[in-house]
Amino acid sequence: MLELRDLSFEVTPENGAKKEIIRNINLTIEDHSLTAITGPNGGGKSTLAKLIMGIEKPTGGQILYNGQDITNLSVTDRAKFGISFAFQQPVRFKGIKVKDLITLASGTKLSTVDACEYLSKVGLCARDYINRDVDASLSGGELKRIEIATIIARNTPLSVFDEPEAGIDLWSFNNLIKVFEDMKSARENSLIIISHQERILNIADNIIVIADGKVKEQGAAKNLLPHLLSGTGGCKFYQ
Amino acid sequence: MDQIQQTLLEQIAGLHELPAGAYNIRANGKSAARNTTANIDIITKEDKQGIDIKIKDNTKKESVHIPVILSQTGLTEMVYNDFYIGDNCDVTIVAGCGIHNSGSQESRHDGIHSFFIGKNSHVKYVEKHYGSGDGNGENVMNPTTIVHVGEGSFMEMETVQIRGIDSTKRTTTCDLEKDAKLVITERLMTHGKQYAESDFQVDLNGENSSTNLISRAVAKEDSRQLFVAKINGNNKCAGHSECDAIIMDNAKISAIPEITANHLDAALIHEAAIGKIAGEQIIKLMTLGLTEAEAEEQIVNGFLK
Ligand SMILES: Nc1ncnc2c1ncn2[C@@H]1O[C@H](COP(=O)(O)OP(=O)(O)OP(=O)(O)O)[C@@H](O)[C@H]1O
Ligand SMILES: [Mg+2]
Repeated sequence: MLELRDLSFEVTPENGAKKEIIRNINLTIEDHSLTAITGPNGGGKSTLAKLIMGIEKPTGGQILYNGQDITNLSVTDRAKFGISFAFQQPVRFKGIKVKDLITLASGTKLSTVDACEYLSKVGLCARDYINRDVDASLSGGELKRIEIATIIARNTPLSVFDEPEAGIDLWSFNNLIKVFEDMKSARENSLIIISHQERILNIADNIIVIADGKVKEQGAAKNLLPHLLSGTGGCKFYQ
Repeated sequence: MDQIQQTLLEQIAGLHELPAGAYNIRANGKSAARNTTANIDIITKEDKQGIDIKIKDNTKKESVHIPVILSQTGLTEMVYNDFYIGDNCDVTIVAGCGIHNSGSQESRHDGIHSFFIGKNSHVKYVEKHYGSGDGNGENVMNPTTIVHVGEGSFMEMETVQIRGIDSTKRTTTCDLEKDAKLVITERLMTHGKQYAESDFQVDLNGENSSTNLISRAVAKEDSRQLFVAKINGNNKCAGHSECDAIIMDNAKISAIPEITANHLDAALIHEAAIGKIAGEQIIKLMTLGLTEAEAEEQIVNGFLK
């Protein structure tokens, strides 16, 4: 179980005044659940995910994971604790191969066949990609799918995906939904998926709407979805 | 050959035993083993230190290994190796120098390699430098390479220096005739207080000659590097040089690319980029469970691969 208590994050740009990006967020993510986080651009979703992974340090509040305070743990320690994060904009490397990255993610020695299996899950023809560098030669959508494959390979109790659908074509998107449904039906791991996509919101157990650094609304998907998708709710949150 | 010499040989030439084909192994200033073939002759120079390697026309799929090892502290040497490669050849030449210095005096190997490549030949030349030893004596290497690429020939040169050389100045001078092609790939890593300088000059003299110089370098701790690449386009030709470097700790790197077009149809490009490891690369690997130090090591190893 992941608990955010009164979590805040503010930045002070060199020239300007303090800016509150996350404002006193209180949230609980239950085990074995799929939580979708949605809300307008700039609302603070990616920042929240980075706070959970430890990439940003909160300026106030606490993060508890399975009852333990992880607020001051490093990214590495959180990763070892069982938290994974798929970046909204995945990182490129000169000289690191797709297979190397998936192997590092899995934390074990992987055979080429095993590594290929993860790529196939995200709709990539594995043989074409396994020995390529994760560098500027990959297209945006290819990179995004490889990023998701690394998270599948990690197979941790908590996985956070930041807009996994962005830049992904229709065919692969169907695959992706299946990947999340499989992860969900396995009922072993919890997923947090930041998304603007109705089809992802549809497979979620819970939905959280973040806007202006705050939780605007949260609840079971079946209760929230109808009014989120009807114009009125949408207008309220996306203005 | 003792254990230290064996290790050096393995590091620079990947050799566990005597290689197939022609070879000349030089250990502590003397020729330790030599083999010639019907097409490849190796002759000791009379007037100075070094050897002549003569490769007959039409020699295909043969190789020459000429490793040099120094395991005696305080030894300094200047060696001249001349390669005469005929027409229509396809050969691989593996050179390299390993120094193990466990004493307190400077060990130093300066080699001048000259290549005279005939017409329509393909030469792959691999050179590795490696130093080890626990003494205070410095390991110094100053290799000079001079290459004449004949009409229609292709020279591929790969140089690697990953560890243990305290000071190095590498000078590479090349000229190319009509339709000749030269590709140089350099991999360099320095650490501690090491200094490395790489100086390339390529003259594209022949019509449709081309070159590509690619350098990947990492400087750690207090080490310093200087990369100079000069390409002169003297005819209708294509030249490209690229220096891509990672700097860490207190290291310093300078890259000085220079391109000169002396002909209207010379197309020359240079690129140089120096910077530290991108923070987001380290963070991404940390999210996979690596520590910061492990992440850096992965990134550097991949970059130099
Ligand atoms: N280090 C920073 N310095 C200044 N402003 C920042 C910083 N990090 C984030 N912000 C700002 O905080 C706000 C929230 O950013 P965040 O990336 O979390 O939004 P988001 O909800 O993920 O948006 P999107 O849907 O566009 O991905 C934005 O206005 C952004 O410009
Ligand atoms: Mg975002």
